[in-house]
Amino acid sequence: MSLRSEHDLHRRRKGRNVGVGLLLGGFVVLVMALTYVKITQTDFELPAAQREVNN
Amino acid sequence: MTDMTNNTVQEYDAQLGDYFALLKPRVMSLVVFTALVGLLAAPVPVNPVIAFASILFIAIGAGASGALNMWWDADIDAVMKRTQGRPIPSGRVQPGEALALGVALSGLSVMMLALAANLLAGAMLLFTILFYAVFYSMWLKRRTPQNIVIGGAAGAFPPVIGWIVATGSFSVEAWLMFALIFMWTPPHFWALALFMRSDYDDAGVPMLTVTHGRPATRRQILIYTALLFVLAVGTGFTAIGGPLYLAVALVLNALFLLGAWRIWQRDEAAAEADNYAVERKFFRLSLWYLFLHFGAILAEATLRPWGLGGWA
Repeated sequence: MSLRSEHDLHRRRKGRNVGVGLLLGGFVVLVMALTYVKITQTDFELPAAQREVNN
Repeated sequence: MTDMTNNTVQEYDAQLGDYFALLKPRVMSLVVFTALVGLLAAPVPVNPVIAFASILFIAIGAGASGALNMWWDADIDAVMKRTQGRPIPSGRVQPGEALALGVALSGLSVMMLALAANLLAGAMLLFTILFYAVFYSMWLKRRTPQNIVIGGAAGAFPPVIGWIVATGSFSVEAWLMFALIFMWTPPHFWALALFMRSDYDDAGVPMLTVTHGRPATRRQILIYTALLFVLAVGTGFTAIGGPLYLAVALVLNALFLLGAWRIWQRDEAAAEADNYAVERKFFRLSLWYLFLHFGAILAEATLRPWGLGGWA
């Protein structure tokens, strides 16, 4: 038996919490995919300040 | 040890589905479809990841304005049969939660669309959210019988935003798609108001049926449908049209105009006798009307790379 028994409240909120977790995970993946597409597009240019640092 | 949570246990905890219902998923599906058509009908190809993200953020923005609308309209939603089961009037979600969700998702969607697509698309989404949530819901909906006409404009912006995602600018074709939804909305909702008789009366929303009477509403349906006929068929001769679209538009608009004519010719006694059969049929046709017009625009755009779509 676990030290802290699971309260009904936790059980009821579990589905909601898992759902929010999955949504946030999906958002992270989407932002990563967008970033990848943006920086691999041929017309991508570094900001002017960044270009000066590189040169 | 005492479990302190015992004192604060609620009868019902809102589930993810309840929050999703706040976003008006059926309206969102229309927004997704029309925005996608706007994006794909544009003459500039878009990277699939950027297209997917853009449509997603447009849908989230539309959902956010739906949540803000439900927060503001909770009092009248509780009165109308059609809306009594919504998350706030049914007690599943607290009004403050709906407001927080609406504001948070509005900010997120506008910011992300501006980053994923371009600034103009983000700005246009922000304008659409404010137009629907503030200008329509908070200001005009309860003040003017033209509420449906104005609300229709908010629902008509998604294809324009989709077009801007692809091109970064406005164009006549984008505004033609806007005009199609804008002119379609009044006959669609006024037909609904005719057979959902007491709902809007009970809620005190100044629907045209309440303020100007049912014969005037029937006349307005016919006027808007006639104007829509010219607009929808005329669009067939522009860059987003083509033979397929024109054929679809001619058939659908003939049927739609016939339905509006029948509605105009009837009085309330005749409508009550068959439980508003003609009005219900017109409403069902209106759903197909919009879906098939935009489906035809999409088909023309999809066929174009093979030299089949459009007039060229």
